[in-house]
Amino acid sequence: MVAKYKLEDLLELLKNYNVERLEDVKIEGDLEIEIEGGSGVDISSLTALYTLLNEFRYFFYHTSMALNYLQRISTVLGVPSPFQVAPVAPAVAPAPQPTAPPVPELKLPEKLVEAKFEPVKVEYPGYIEEVVLGATRADGGTRDYVVKLGGEKSLPFYIFDKPQPNLPAIAIDVFDRPPSLAKAVKVHYEDVIGSPAEWAKKCVKKFGADMVTIHLVSTDPLLENTPASEAVKVIEDVLQAVKCPIIIGGCGNKDKDPEVLEKAAEVCEGERVMLASATLDMDWERICNAAKKYGHAVLSWTQMDINNQKTLNRYLLKRAQMPRNSIVMDPTTAALGYGLDYAFTNMERIRISGLKGDTDLNFPISSGTTNAWGAREAWMAESPLEGDTPWGPRELRGPIWEIITGLTLSLAGVDVFMMMHPLAVAVLKEIFNTLGGKKKGGIADAGKWITAEV
Amino acid sequence: MKVKSPLEVYNFLPRTNCKECGYDTCMSFASHVLDRSAKVYDCKPLARDAEKDPKVKEKLDKLVELTSPEIAEVLIGVGEKALKIGGEEVLHRHELTFFNPTAFFFDVWDTLDDKKIEERCKRVVDYKKFYVGKYLTLDGFAVRCTSNDPKRFREVAKKVASYGKPMVLIALNPECMKSALEEVANQRPLIYAATESNWKEFMKLALDYKVPVTIRAKDLNTLKSIAVTFKSAGIKDIVLDPVTEPLGEGLQGTFERVIQLRRKAILDGDKDVAYPIMITPISAWLIEGDEVTKAYWEAVIAGMFIVKYGDAMIFHSIDQHVVMPTLTLRFNIYTDPRTPVQVAAGLRELNNPGPDDPVFLTTNFALTYYTVENDLNSAKIKGWLLVVNTEGIGVEASVAGGKLTAAKVKEIIEETKIAEKVNHRYLVIPGLAARLQGSIEDETGWKVLVGPIDSGRIKGWMEKNWPPKK
Repeated sequence: MVAKYKLEDLLELLKNYNVERLEDVKIEGDLEIEIEGGSGVDISSLTALYTLLNEFRYFFYHTSMALNYLQRISTVLGVPSPFQVAPVAPAVAPAPQPTAPPVPELKLPEKLVEAKFEPVKVEYPGYIEEVVLGATRADGGTRDYVVKLGGEKSLPFYIFDKPQPNLPAIAIDVFDRPPSLAKAVKVHYEDVIGSPAEWAKKCVKKFGADMVTIHLVSTDPLLENTPASEAVKVIEDVLQAVKCPIIIGGCGNKDKDPEVLEKAAEVCEGERVMLASATLDMDWERICNAAKKYGHAVLSWTQMDINNQKTLNRYLLKRAQMPRNSIVMDPTTAALGYGLDYAFTNMERIRISGLKGDTDLNFPISSGTTNAWGAREAWMAESPLEGDTPWGPRELRGPIWEIITGLTLSLAGVDVFMMMHPLAVAVLKEIFNTLGGKKKGGIADAGKWITAEV
Repeated sequence: MKVKSPLEVYNFLPRTNCKECGYDTCMSFASHVLDRSAKVYDCKPLARDAEKDPKVKEKLDKLVELTSPEIAEVLIGVGEKALKIGGEEVLHRHELTFFNPTAFFFDVWDTLDDKKIEERCKRVVDYKKFYVGKYLTLDGFAVRCTSNDPKRFREVAKKVASYGKPMVLIALNPECMKSALEEVANQRPLIYAATESNWKEFMKLALDYKVPVTIRAKDLNTLKSIAVTFKSAGIKDIVLDPVTEPLGEGLQGTFERVIQLRRKAILDGDKDVAYPIMITPISAWLIEGDEVTKAYWEAVIAGMFIVKYGDAMIFHSIDQHVVMPTLTLRFNIYTDPRTPVQVAAGLRELNNPGPDDPVFLTTNFALTYYTVENDLNSAKIKGWLLVVNTEGIGVEASVAGGKLTAAKVKEIIEETKIAEKVNHRYLVIPGLAARLQGSIEDETGWKVLVGPIDSGRIKGWMEKNWPPKK
């Protein structure tokens, strides 16, 4: 027994299934549907109707509405949404009698609707330059190994898009005069403050630094104002003490730094260090010339502004003629809670621009993660505010502040971290190795926490 | 959101510029709908006519559909404290903004004795941390069934519900879940979780009790299949848990799954996976190690997925070294990058100052300003606070970037007529602006005192330096 129904008739029939507000639906089409007679409605017809309607949905808005009702009715009838399954042999599920008022019992899908998840593949036209720091004997230096920064073709740790040739490196800070440090940091360096060479050794041997940064802070005219020629002697000690690649930092004075870094470049000839930093308001050309002459890289530092970063990089490339493989950028790091959102987004935008092919911005990124210790949450003994829940031991708060600052920026694209707390260094390394696919294994039953006391 | 230009929204509107929505023109309203600062239903004439005229109703529905977020928005809880999760539009915050901050739920389990349960709940409810002008608080509870006893689970769910915060109910056993739902379903908890083995029962629970449901599966085909099945059964409020594995390859795989899920939804517009994502940093407590190691790793997992697409999270630790950094990170990542966080420049009077009280100076970066204001208030210091317009930049960066200069200080001193309100000429500047001391003195003729680097130390500084020694 096959009855022919018009869509209108069918909708009339569907009314019996407690489909609400059907009165509002007007059908402007003249579709004919075949429905098996007998006990209620044949499911396969519904499925066929569904397919048919689906084809027309873009032409007839009302049809599309009817489709929605059908979707609901098919649920009520116990058919897994035909939207996902091809029409199959008539289902055997008994349809409830269309004899209202009793609401038909809800019949739910018995089987999973099989769906396939097809991952999206993302490719970028550009890439990040690879910058090598340090030089071994083979290349005219005295370092035991080199550190490679950058080289990415995808977002950080998206190794499912493209392999990441170099995971982020960590350089620990060393100062040529006693710096003011948070207590939780200071305790780890008390025995070496005053001896940059010993300090550097400790960073590498004990705390696992890939590199060290020697900051020549004493050259600051407002501090000891150490002459450049004298300040750079410390570098020679450090080069003797450790065999890792090194980074040379100035004091941040725009008049003094070019002189100091120029001298540093000279004493480090052949070692391929990174000179930190060239900024827009200082004689960057002088720093770059020294870097080129003695074979070093330069850190291009701007204050959290992508356009300034672009401008400075262009100066370094076009005017100072720096080779592309010798520029690293520091777009400025702000601590968690103190502008990290700006730092993160600025770096993320720079990285994405680089990957999309902006050759003014496709350089490795450096972060002064030690800045995290500027946050009061990292170093203060207790909240100065009465309303706050007590802050807990600062020994635990400090390192995690540096870790989360670093972790966040690693996800924006940072390639080298300048840090201080040994625990923060260790945890960040673990994170990079994990996300970088270097860690095997895991937890056998990751769902155990659901029912277990942890 | 499918529409990309205000014009596409405008075409659906009455175009009468009636101003009932609060905006001057329909076009202005349209652009606010587009950046999600206004809702379609705020167009009163459209909403009213839709009630009478089915044709208008169609139009309204169509507009709502076109302007609905890429990722479904799911509501957990009821009333004022209800949490909205999901509703995101973009993969990177600078492309627009992220909308609904990751919801933090804190672990309570039913084999804990009642007193301890109360203690934990109270700690969560009482938690506050001052930040940028207000207190950050914690969102809700994750109640776990570790007893496998329906009666006990129900009892504890009821107890926790009495604290009035949104909840996630956690049990894989449908009997236990049903029992708790009978008690607290009216609180609209998120149920956790439907899996490959219990999905049928959970589907029924979600429908019967009208509660949002989490689907948990490591295999993304399975996850999607269950989501599609649920959708076909009429379930709209779905949260996806691609399983947080806490270590090694497992964690790397979790990172990949989360990113693939969100990318599929945003880039491919695949509505079958366009749901909020659940992350469980609590999984960190399965690793070997001491409590601090586990807590740190819990913060690390949370941090990773606050940045990358986690919409809801379950935490075990309520210790500050987990809560404070993650709560702060969430605030930072979910801050709207389109609006600079600044306050109005000018003069603020703190604690009814008199003519002998000190004059302080700070920037109009909201974070700096509120920190200073609160430190001064908390230390009960009377004083005058000059707020310089540094375009929303903090002290250190604005000194370096020339946004805080002696000329600007002179300007604010003149504008606020502060010289008429005090009978001294001492100005306390932030320690981080120390290098401006000389130039401000030259420019303004005021004597400049360099305050502490962190205003949290202002009290001790005042004891030594105020009133100034002549």
